[in-house]
This record gives sequence, C-alpha cells and structure tokens, in this order.
Amino acid sequence: MTEPGKVRLSIDGKEIETSAKATVLDAAKQAGIHIPTLCADDQLAPYAGCRLCIVEIEKMRGLPPSCATNVAEGMVVRTNTPELHRVRKMLMEMLLSDHPYDCLACAKNLHCELQKMAEEFGIRERKLRHLTRESVLDESNAFYSRDMTKCVLCAKCVRACKEINGVTAIDLSGRGFNSIVQPFGDGPISESVCESCGECVERCPTAALSIKKQVWPDKEVSTICPYCGTGCGILLGIKDGKIVGVRGDKNNPVSRGQLCVKGRFGAFEFIGHPARLKKPLLKKNGEFVEASWPEALDYMAEKLKPYIGADRFAALSSAKCTNEENYLMQKFARAVMKTNNIDHCARLCHASTVAGLADSFGSGAMTNSIDEFRDAELILVTGSNTTENHPIIGYRIREALRKGAKLIVFDPRETWLANQAWLWCRQKPGTDVAWINGLIRIILKEGLENKKFISERTEGFEDLKKTVDKYTPEYVSKISGVPEEQLFQAARAYATAGKSSILYSMGITQHSHGTDNVQSLANLAMVCGQIGRAATGVNPLRGQNNVQGACDLGALPDVFPGYQKVADEALRKKFEDAWGVPLSSHPGLTIVEMLNAAADGKIKALYIMGENPLLSDPDLHHVEQGLKALDFLVVQDIFLTETAQLADLVLPSACFAEKEGTFTNTERRVQLLNKALDPPGEAKPDWEIICELADRLGYPMSYPDPAEIMEEARKLTPQYHGISHSRLKGGCDLCWPCPNQDHPGARILHQDRFTRGKGKFTAIEHLGPAELPDKQYPFTLITGRILYHFHTGTMTRKSAGLNQIVPGPYAELNPVDAKKMKVKNGDQLRVASRRGEIKVAARVTEVVNIGELFIPFHFYEGAANVLTNPALDPVAKIPEFKVCAVKVEKAAGEK
Amino acid sequence: MKETSPSEIKSVLKRVESSLPAKRASLVPALQMVQEKLGWLPKLAMLGIGKYLKVPESEVWGTASFYAQFRFKPVGENILTVCRGTACHICGSAAILRDLEREVGVKAGETTPDLKFTIQQVACFGSCAVAPVLVANGKVYGRQTSPSMKKLLGRIKKSTSTKAKSKKS
Ligand code: SF4
Ligand code: SF4
Ligand code: SF4
Ligand code: FES
Ligand code: FES
Repeated sequence: MTEPGKVRLSIDGKEIETSAKATVLDAAKQAGIHIPTLCADDQLAPYAGCRLCIVEIEKMRGLPPSCATNVAEGMVVRTNTPELHRVRKMLMEMLLSDHPYDCLACAKNLHCELQKMAEEFGIRERKLRHLTRESVLDESNAFYSRDMTKCVLCAKCVRACKEINGVTAIDLSGRGFNSIVQPFGDGPISESVCESCGECVERCPTAALSIKKQVWPDKEVSTICPYCGTGCGILLGIKDGKIVGVRGDKNNPVSRGQLCVKGRFGAFEFIGHPARLKKPLLKKNGEFVEASWPEALDYMAEKLKPYIGADRFAALSSAKCTNEENYLMQKFARAVMKTNNIDHCARLCHASTVAGLADSFGSGAMTNSIDEFRDAELILVTGSNTTENHPIIGYRIREALRKGAKLIVFDPRETWLANQAWLWCRQKPGTDVAWINGLIRIILKEGLENKKFISERTEGFEDLKKTVDKYTPEYVSKISGVPEEQLFQAARAYATAGKSSILYSMGITQHSHGTDNVQSLANLAMVCGQIGRAATGVNPLRGQNNVQGACDLGALPDVFPGYQKVADEALRKKFEDAWGVPLSSHPGLTIVEMLNAAADGKIKALYIMGENPLLSDPDLHHVEQGLKALDFLVVQDIFLTETAQLADLVLPSACFAEKEGTFTNTERRVQLLNKALDPPGEAKPDWEIICELADRLGYPMSYPDPAEIMEEARKLTPQYHGISHSRLKGGCDLCWPCPNQDHPGARILHQDRFTRGKGKFTAIEHLGPAELPDKQYPFTLITGRILYHFHTGTMTRKSAGLNQIVPGPYAELNPVDAKKMKVKNGDQLRVASRRGEIKVAARVTEVVNIGELFIPFHFYEGAANVLTNPALDPVAKIPEFKVCAVKVEKAAGEK
Repeated sequence: MKETSPSEIKSVLKRVESSLPAKRASLVPALQMVQEKLGWLPKLAMLGIGKYLKVPESEVWGTASFYAQFRFKPVGENILTVCRGTACHICGSAAILRDLEREVGVKAGETTPDLKFTIQQVACFGSCAVAPVLVANGKVYGRQTSPSMKKLLGRIKKSTSTKAKSKKS
C-alpha cells in the first residue's frame, strides 16, 4: 500500500513513490532520471513553453510535458525513446534557428543552458534557415544587459518578475515570430518599474539577460545579507581572494534564494573597497597618523581609565554587528566601565516598538513570522514602504495579494503598496493615534469586536472604551484627513477578516508619540482578537540586519540581555554573579540624551562601534557640537565615516563577510554568518578589539571564538537559552523564544497567553506631532529610506551601480506645489527648518501629498537630518524623524 | 488631429472608469474605448487603465501589442487607406500607393510630423467591384488612378487648411 498523499509510478522501468502533488518531472528528478528542460524552475508555476521535457505516458495521448503533468497512481512513464529524442531535437533546432551564432564571444559561454542542451542533443550545425530576431541591445540597467536576440522565450524572466518579485516589470508582447519580452511601451528597462532585483537574470538560460562584468567565482560562501532586517541568505562568490558576485542562497529559510537589488548587486563592492580602514588611526595635531594595535589600544585604555564608574563614559553599540559583539559591547560598558550608558541605533528606529509592545504584550518583537504574511486574508500596512525597505517581505505581501488577500494601507505617501491596495487611506503625518482610535470606536459601535478574546485574554478594556468614545468618524476625519467612509471600510474589513495581520515600521515609530502609536496598534489587534494565531498579529519590521539582536542582547541602557531590567535587584544579582563584578542599578542614557550630555559636558568619552550618528541622528548641527565637545571619541568602523573623521582614535574593524557570529532578523530568527575572507590590512573583528581593550582595563575577556561568546550570552538570556552555534550549524532553524536545547523555537508569539500574562489595553489620546507647519515653515517634511540605498550610505554608496540609479539627494515635491513655485524636475531646492538648511534636487511626483516633502536620509551632501526635530518620545526616547516643519524655495540661479 | 492632451486622456479615462468594472476582463474593452475616442493609445492612457484595473503596466502593454488593431502612435487628421487586395492590385493599387506616399511624404503605416495625414494599407476592403479603392476618412473612392488620387488629395489638403484657419480666428 502507498502512504496517504503518496502515489506510486514507474519511470523508465524504475518504481517510484512520491507525493501526489508532484509533477512527473519532480518524480524523475527524485529518482535521478534526467529530463531535458528549459522553461521549468522549481520556484515558478509550470509553464510548458519549451516542450523539451516531453515524455511518453501509457494511456495518455500525445507527448505531455512532464513539467506540467501531475503524477498519478500506476502511471507508466518513458523519458527516453527514439521518438522523444527526434521531437526534442527538432524543437532544439527550431530554437537555434533564430539564435545568434556567437557562443565564443558570449557572456554566458560555458554557462548557457541552451548551449548545454545543444550539446546534449549532439547538435553541431544549423539545419534550418537562419532567421534573426530584431532587437536593440538594452544596456540601460546599471547591473544587467538585455539582448533579446538571444531570447528563447522560455518566459522564466516574465514569470520570476511576476511570481517572485511581484512587480511585473516585463511581459511577453507582440505575437508569433515577433513575440518578445519587453517592459511597458518597449522603452529602455531603466525607464520601467524594474527594481533591478535580478531574479530574471538569475534564471535566464541564455545570455538574453546577463550580468554586466560577470566574473564566475571559484567558490561560494553562504552568509547573511548585511542590509535590512529581513535577513536573506546570500552566497558570496569568491575568486582570487576577492568577492566577485552574490547569489541568493536557496537553502535559506527566509529568502529561499531570492534577493533584492541591494543584496544581490550592492552587498559586495564595499567589502574590497580601497577606502576600507586597514590600520588604527590616531589623531595628532588634528591629523590622522597610522598606529599599531598595541599603541592604539594602550592609548585608549589609558584615556578611558579615569572614567570607570563615573557615568561620564558612554558607548554606542551597533545593529550592524553580530549578537556576540553586541553582547560584549554592553558587557564592556557595564562590567568594565561600570555604566549603563549603552545604546545603539534601535533608539532611532524601533525604540517605541520595544517599549510599546513590551508593555502591551510583554515582548517587543514581531508577533508572527514573515512567511505567514502569505496566508493572511487581510494585511494592514502602515508607515512601512515594505517593497522598498524590506523588499523580500514585500515579495511575500505581493504573493498574498496574488492569492487574493485584501490590502489596506495607511500612509501619507503613495507607495507601491498604497497604489495596489484595496483601500489606501492618506492620513496626515503624525495623526496615527487618531485614526486607530477611530477604527476601534467603529468596531465597538458596530459590535465587531472579539468579546471572548477581550474578556479572557486582556485587561484594561473599559478605559480604552471610554477613551476612544470621543473619536467619532467625523472628529477623526477632521484630524487625519481620511474620509469617514474609508474609516468605516477599513474598520469593518480588518475586524471581520478571518486572519488580519498588521505590519508597520518607522512611519509609526519615529514620532514624538511613537510609543502611543505602537500601543494603539496593539489595542486594535486585541480588540479584534487578531493576534496569537497564524497570519495575524502586530508586526514591526526592523530596519537593520541585526537591530533585533542588538536589542535582544542588551545594547540598551535600561536592560541587560533578554530585556532584563537593570533596576531589578534579582536580575542584576544574576549578572553580577555571572560577570563577577558589582553593577550599576540606574538606567543609562539613550543616544540623543548622550549627545546632549556630551554637549553639556556631562559625558566626556564616547566609544562608537559601527554607527554614524553624524548622519543618522536628528538635528545634525547639534550632534556635531556634542561630538566636538567630548574629551575623547573613539570610532570603530569599516570606513572613515563622517563621524569617524571627528574621532581622536579610529579602529579598523572587519565587516560581515570577514567574521563569524550570528544575526537575528526581524522575525526573531537567529542565523549564522560564515567567514568568507580575511579582513583587509590589520582590521579585526569587533569582538576581538573589545576583548583586547577589556584586558587592558583590568577585566580579562578571553573567548576563542564567537561560538564561545554565545555560550555565555545564551545562559544569561532566557529567550536564547536553547540557541547555540552548534545547533545552528547542525541546520536548526531557530526563532526565539527558544528556552532549551531541545526546543524548536517559536514562530507565533502569545498563542495561549501573552508573554506578560494578559494583554494590556492602553487608553491613549491623540496628541499630534511636536512641530507642525506654520506660516514661516509651511511644509511637512517626512524622511525615510529608499530601495537603492541603505542607512547612511556608508556601504551602498560604494556601489557604482546603485549610485548610477540614485546618485544623490533629492526631495519629492507634489506637482501642485512645484507649479506654484515654478520648480521643474531636477531644479535645486533650498530646504530649511528651524535647525538648519540643505540643498537637494527636486523630484516632482504625486507620491507625496500637497504641502508635504519627502527626503531620504542616506546622503551626506544633502543630509535630511540637518533638518529633523530631536523632539523625543517621552517613553522610548525616539526622535521625531517623520514629521517636522520646513520651508522650501527654489535655489536661485542654480540647476 | 493634434497630439493628445493630458486633459483629453483624463476625460477618456473617466469614461472608462464610469462604464467598465475594475476587473482584468475589462482590459481589452478599455483599450478599445480609448482608441475609439483618441484614435490611438497614448502611454499615459495605458498607464491609467493599468492603474484602474490593477493590471501591471507591462501586461497592459503585452496585451495591447498582441492585437494588430491597436495603434501606439497618434494618427493624422486625415486617414488615407489604399487597398492592396488582389483585385485592387491587379487594377494598379501599387502605383497609387507609391504616388500617394510620394505626395504626402511618408510611407504606409506612418503619419506626417504635422499630424495631418496617415497612410495605411488594407488587404481587401470588400469593394472589389470598384477596384482600385482608396478610402479617405471613412469614405470609399472607387476606380482610382494616380491623377484622380492627386485631385482628391488636393481637395482634402485645402479643406484641412481652411479648417485650421477658421479654428484660429
Ligand atoms: S530585475 Fe527584477 S524587477 Fe527587474 S525585470 Fe528582472 S525580475 Fe523584474
Ligand atoms: S529573456 Fe531569458 S528568461 Fe526571459 S524569456 Fe528570454 S530566454 Fe527566457
Ligand atoms: S531584502 Fe534586505 S536582507 Fe534581503 S537582500 Fe534585500 S537588503 Fe538584503
Ligand atoms: S521544461 Fe517543461 S515545457 Fe519547458
Ligand atoms: S481587393 Fe481592394 S477592395 Fe477587394
């Protein structure tokens, strides 16, 4: 008997048992039987275009394509008969008949599937009359070329663009012999909506799509992408000790081989860049001079010694560094320098999430996993431009949309998702509490709340109910600018869908009321019981590759690793015992507070690892004042960043490709890095530098490798108890919480109970942004990130291709405003706030609303953060990056 | 005819939105509607249709380019079609087309830069009895010769320029 869900069939006389859902091609592969294919791809739906994979099946007429034929019980298949060979050979000859004859000069020579196939069929010459397709070579894309004369119309590119990326930039157009793959309107691909993800290029069997400057690697090392919090798996291709390219790692459970443009094309040029720091640099009389490691570290130790225990030292850890390094950095601050003045850039992106969700649910992280978005019936996206900033998560949402999920977007900008949404509500920036309260009120008034969930699993409902009562549709509509009708639609759809998932990001958190915003979303989810089940929940998308891990491992001023409060005596005792020193009980300063304290002379020494506050923090002029007022500034980084240039000492560190350790992605998944290269010059991994420094300050730290650091860290961090390098190396795929070594980790949080017990409703009033537009500063400025660059650009701006696509700073301006100001696309604008002024190019587009301006913050030469307001959220101390008032004028006489 | 203005495109898109449901199945009818109104498919109009129907723009293009009926360049104010069917061919339509192309200054399938004339050819117009056939702005002219074609063309040119004048004044 065959097992349920399985069938038995015979292929070429071999008996095979396989899943009933498999295709004949799958079954043959499984049995090690080779069938030629050209258009089949395991990640794409069957297409049956090339017909090379035809087989003979008893009791079936004709020659069915095995890639699109399902197996059936008792099927008898033959894959290799003279008749099949004859037909396949004929098909191949037809394919070759219009193919250019220049294999030896072709970029894909020896890597071309058409060539391989021709060889397999022993085709050495052309029989059919040669026809040529007419098509112009398109070199407009920064990373790949399109030569449609070499296209065999397998449509893998078209399908990859639609089924994997989901942007659908290309399609087959024309018909018959004139069929051709084209973007809209047959223009250059660079003018289409193509996102340069390369999913099409990766799959093209011929050189119709090929990577410019392709170098084929000798070996590949699997590691994790250094950019966003998605945590995609990449294979670094290495030749002659250099990284020559990146491919997606199909074995990675997050990305399954898929990548975005940054990961595929922008993640390696910076690694071997000549500007990498190779030796410690000491500033003497205002100039940097090279120093040896012992010299640099002795000097640093001597400088830091006076500040031990005085709370006049502060450290900035890094969301770009590994979990192990973050653990060591906070241990260095706490155990060696005896201060809790340790923070990192999570303060600037998701501090309000960490604080807000921890208070509402007991755990400040995504409640569900990335893949679950695909199964949601409704996705509510707010303050997240997912397809640009977490592109692979964007792919998952696009997948859900193709499966028929409803998408609601609340965003002031018309992002790709807003454009595709079932309902797009354009709220005024900074009015989130109002619209969320408004939705909750409608849900309660219409009796759509989940009463059972509210009574059994939550507390504080009555207060919430009272508070939201005043948020009538009319009132909310007035505050937020969202039409009443849309509020009703959104509320009803969210509450009544079987599985609704909320996804948000910095558009929610980066406000002076960020914590309020986050907790309002938590309220909404709990009112409807849309949490604690698959494909529901409240899901913050974290910005940096390891910002989740840096928080988890305690690079925060008020908590030890695992969010254990420093003020809690029992917990502090645990760490004192483990580290063998007394520890400070009062929470330290947050980033913005540190820099303020520096400006006030209260902080004297600052140790920065892998961060660039001189571009990433609000009100840069003030940041600069703070940094300059320090007695001693050390920056440990891979490049001489804007911040490093102000330092007294610069220490060269290894980048992600040059070290081992782990990153934790936004869905709490802990993933291993693998070392691909040695660091350049004398650069060292951050963890080694911290250890050597601690030794010199009388607190020996010695670990043979990062695995050993994790051994120590996991024992002190409840969520990581069961997560060790050896388990990860063994192939375990672990999301925290993972309480012991046999635990499989957890995808869905708060299933039967919330981490804190009962879910807590928080009654919140709408307060609005700290700074609103007025007569003098009439525009609202929104800052953010874009697909083609990352954070302060330290890494992405080393990529020639990314720079080609987006070379410099710009501001999005609505056509109505542009017309009033007589501004054309590309004109220089002068944008000023109460804090400073920058010059950027105008990009006239309806993506932004009238009276609003969007500026990405990646560019030093037009640094958006010169303008932003350092007003802080009172709880999370996150600055208000998303709203401030500015004025805009055309910069006279300049183009 | 002029290059279609953005406001014309907007108004035809409004008509599409009010008369066709926002479903993928409306794609070809929507394209037809636009072409009927504007005589061709401007890119902006195709993008607008895609946005309304939530069909990716590349697929709007893929579909539109599949059908021979759709035009992606504006047509002239006057459309002159020469029949190249068998009957008309035997009666000398090749020479008529050649001379027409020479007179107007563009080839069949093209439009003059001033958007005054478009020349087309068809396989058989179904009026073989009066071959060779020339169709000018929808009106059939039978038994054509090169001189009669030139006369006709002269009349059309004249009326076009007077129309233009009266419009200006
Ligand atoms: S690079 Fe990506 S977005 Fe561009 S056409 Fe290829 S698959 Fe589509
Ligand atoms: S461009 Fe490449 S992938 Fe796309 S249809 Fe042609 S051969 Fe296939
Ligand atoms: S989605 Fe994020 S993690 Fe994945 S390849 Fe792109 S930048 Fe890297
Ligand atoms: S591989 Fe099956 S038809 Fe192309
Ligand atoms: S051939 Fe010209 S009308 Fe029939």
